[in-house]
Amino acid sequence: MNIVVLIKQVPDTWSERTLSDGDKTLDRASSDAVLDEINERAVEEALKIKEAGDAEVTILTAGPDRATDAIRKALSMGADKAVHVNDDAIHGSDAVATAKVLAKAIGTVGDVDLVLAGNEATDGRSGAMAGMLGELLGWPSLTHANALTVENGTAKAKRETDEGTCDLEAALPAIVSVGEKINEPRYPSFKGIMAAKKKPVNTIGISDLGLDASEVGLAGSLVQVDSFAPRPPKSGGQKVEDEGDGGAKIAEYLVGQKLI
Amino acid sequence: MAEVLVLVDHVDGEIKKNTYEMLTAARRIGEPSAVVVGTPGTATKLAEGLAAHGAEKIYVAESDDTVNYLSTPQVDVLAALVERVSPPAVLIPAGADGREVAGRLAVRTNSGWLNDLVDIDGERAGTHSIFGGAFTVQSHVTTDTAVVSWRSGSLEVEENAAAGTQETVEVPAIDAAKSAKVSNRAPIVGGDRPELTEASVVVAGGRGVGSADNFNVVEGLADSLHAAVGASRAAVDSGYYPNQFQVGQTGKTVSPQLYIALGISGAIQHRAGMQTSKTIVAVNKDPEAPIFEIADFGIVGDLFSVAPQLTEEVGKRA
Repeated sequence: MNIVVLIKQVPDTWSERTLSDGDKTLDRASSDAVLDEINERAVEEALKIKEAGDAEVTILTAGPDRATDAIRKALSMGADKAVHVNDDAIHGSDAVATAKVLAKAIGTVGDVDLVLAGNEATDGRSGAMAGMLGELLGWPSLTHANALTVENGTAKAKRETDEGTCDLEAALPAIVSVGEKINEPRYPSFKGIMAAKKKPVNTIGISDLGLDASEVGLAGSLVQVDSFAPRPPKSGGQKVEDEGDGGAKIAEYLVGQKLI
Repeated sequence: MAEVLVLVDHVDGEIKKNTYEMLTAARRIGEPSAVVVGTPGTATKLAEGLAAHGAEKIYVAESDDTVNYLSTPQVDVLAALVERVSPPAVLIPAGADGREVAGRLAVRTNSGWLNDLVDIDGERAGTHSIFGGAFTVQSHVTTDTAVVSWRSGSLEVEENAAAGTQETVEVPAIDAAKSAKVSNRAPIVGGDRPELTEASVVVAGGRGVGSADNFNVVEGLADSLHAAVGASRAAVDSGYYPNQFQVGQTGKTVSPQLYIALGISGAIQHRAGMQTSKTIVAVNKDPEAPIFEIADFGIVGDLFSVAPQLTEEVGKRA
């Protein structure tokens, strides 16, 4: 089985995140960059399928030079190879333009049976990339999976969102997005880290995908950002030590604010 | 006036409040048309509420298939309507299901997608609140139709009596090779408390609550205020409270009139989910807890004495 796992390097959510003044895109340079946590679960799920049978796992990402760190991490977990779409023209792509790039890039991996992705990145938070890719590829998308089985050309998933749960079933090729509960990702072993250094990473640009600079990036995006502003920082108000009347004090405050 | 499509958010024959917000927002741009996608008989139950909130038209797309396939029926129905009426905007709820419909519809119709809007004006300029409310971003689409995901709880609902004329539209036949088939569908039932993202008051507990049993202190206060209950990631990870109530970066984003944080330290990831709340009250033993940096009113003390006392005080005034 030929499996592609989509990964994304994102600003660490423990660091302060901001936007660039110039082109109003995410300022990726100013904060620490990490492999998005949910992607590790997607990689783990692919590796479980590989270990249970026979599969080749290809990591796919679109991002700048330093996204290599995220790729190496995924390879050190046990993936076989990677495709890195690294092209300045992609910078500033909106969700639709990004989906177009990724859909084309999946096409470079050959006859793919299964694409795995995280259900929602912590930066863009569109939470719909799997569905959008399914739309572009003409494949079914099984999203927010907290359990997955793939056998006899069929993918079955248990879907869980805040809105409810259900069972999903679709024929391969298919795209699956995984939720937080699907597994506990492994830590890369020392051997895995060493081996990852030698694994092939195919770095390509958008021309290799048959795309034109006008179709991606800020130019190709159908959404234009007009302005952004940091929200004025909220400052702390009163802080009082509880002297046995803390609850009553809060009640007084809430009455004063006409909240009760 | 141009028709603006609103995908109706409904569960068990009831309209979710978010739908009324979207109808209110749609009226700024044009004439709202509600789109009901559901099993046969659904629209009859919803029509009155939709008309009372400004739906001039109600497109009724009913078929048993609408619950048998994941998001495809909604995308198919909306895409056909976009083709037919060229709406300046299609408003869709910003929950997990809705965003999937929105993203797919944007791809299918090659439209710009304004995701997770908290406001939109008559010129279709959208406002997003990102990184947990740390930034406000203005954006617009360059396409004839804007696909909009609407964040629940962003707008005061306005009633506005409208015709609510029903028109039946077809649910296109589903291509099973391109769609995931759904079975054993079970919506999460929220119980008697208001839904977390729609509540005007949220009472949340953190690691300081100490156990699942102790969460009844949080629930008690919440019930006295008719509030929703939330939990920090630390509390959820420790198994004190179910996952769907998690507030923060990896959970829900809430923006209620009043947020009461009990035993929550206020790590940046938690603040990302609640710092746009209008008024924040915090109770924590640790005077240095970062939650106090954003709390309008803070008590340094034991939540197990402060919260019950507050519950009692609220009860006296009810």
